[in-house]
Amino acid sequence: MPRDGLPGSDNPLLPLAVAGVRLRLGGTDALDGLDLHLAASTRSVLIGPNGAGKSVALRVLHGLIRPDAGTVRWAGRAPDRALRRHQAMVFQRPVMLHRSAAANIAYALRVHGVPWRERRRRVAEELDRAGLAHLARRPAPALSGGEQQRLAIARAWATRPAVLLLDEPTANLDPAAAHAVEALIAEIHASGAKIVLTTHDMAQARRLGEDVLFMHRGRLVEHTPAETFFTAPKSENARAFAEGRLLL
Amino acid sequence: MNDFGAAFTRAFELIAAFDADLLQIVLLSLRVSTQAVLVAAAIGLPLGALLAVYRFPGRTPVLVLLNAFMGLPPVVVGLVIYLLLSRAGPLGELGLLFTPRAMIIAQAVLVTPIVAALGRQAVADAYAAYHEQLASFGLRRPVMIPTLLWESRHAVVVAVLAGFGRAIAEVGAVFIVGGNIDGVTRVMTTAIALETARGQLDLALGLGVILVSLAVMVNAAAMGLRALSARALG
Repeated sequence: MPRDGLPGSDNPLLPLAVAGVRLRLGGTDALDGLDLHLAASTRSVLIGPNGAGKSVALRVLHGLIRPDAGTVRWAGRAPDRALRRHQAMVFQRPVMLHRSAAANIAYALRVHGVPWRERRRRVAEELDRAGLAHLARRPAPALSGGEQQRLAIARAWATRPAVLLLDEPTANLDPAAAHAVEALIAEIHASGAKIVLTTHDMAQARRLGEDVLFMHRGRLVEHTPAETFFTAPKSENARAFAEGRLLL
Repeated sequence: MNDFGAAFTRAFELIAAFDADLLQIVLLSLRVSTQAVLVAAAIGLPLGALLAVYRFPGRTPVLVLLNAFMGLPPVVVGLVIYLLLSRAGPLGELGLLFTPRAMIIAQAVLVTPIVAALGRQAVADAYAAYHEQLASFGLRRPVMIPTLLWESRHAVVVAVLAGFGRAIAEVGAVFIVGGNIDGVTRVMTTAIALETARGQLDLALGLGVILVSLAVMVNAAAMGLRALSARALG
């Protein structure tokens, strides 16, 4: 699966190096010295209690929010507008344009400069992959929550980003819809994208995570392979969270 | 009261007969106000969208002024345009005074703040909903504007219809810059004022009925669109 303008099989945006990122939002430290390092094109799961700073961290990685201090570098480059075009982000509440499902994907391709002849073919391809081909002409805002989330992911993947960031992709979905979304994410990862997703759902972290980043109070507490995190977490806070104890 | 009833009857007879004078006046009204609103939309919508998308020093006073200008008195607008277009004025050489073009200019000035202010609100709502997604696509803010206008298209059309309602119903501006010349610059509102003064109540009432019907239709269209967009948002 070739990526737009990104040669080679190795992920061109890795490694990701985040150092000393601080961000105050609404009078609290949303990020309080976040450091992290991602080198492999794995499925990384960002986990932690509500308010740990997961969603904000994802936005900072994507360059949507500029931190007060610290640096974010994808293969040495800051996440500016040009770099963002090689990434994609899927938001917790999928943002649907008021047009058909097919037109939503076509829009993303168009702003990425894909010529219109090719757009048609790729739109059909992506809708098919997401299992939405029969809903192509339906207005996107009229789709169900699960269908909207799948469309948002298909639209994000349509531009062949090197990195796909997902913020709580199944937070508001029933189990069947969540399963379909997870399958789609796994398929996209298999096609070569680095995945970073946030969740507060331990079961999902187990199913999807290859490595786990545990955040608490705006910092990275530990970054371990998934099996280590779930069997022998290093920090006391992570152990408490993994065991389902209340973490304040 | 008898006069009133008789005038009404004759008014409907005039409408039903497609009276030539009446028709000409109605068509000129529609032409002037439609063109004025097109000009106002071409200026007001991009202006409103820029105000919705950009934060800059002095933005709040600009917004206060824009909202205040929604209620500009038509006679004052008429007077200012009159001074600009009169023989001795800075634009006097164009010879526009007492022509339909002068009326279009005056109504466009009157309506642009309405379209801009209502359009700004529509685009601001769309910006709040979409700016993260569009920034994620790698778009710069000026490039977002066409998408934001399209995503708020129902509210944008409502803004334009509100401008049209204001334009077609005002008397003061078109009276001053148009001069209410029979067959040249006489529109519905100026004709109603004149015919009432002359005691020709049937023609005045006939035009009044048409004007009110137009206002009702425009409002019905705006409400229909609102309902449509509410359904689309599901």
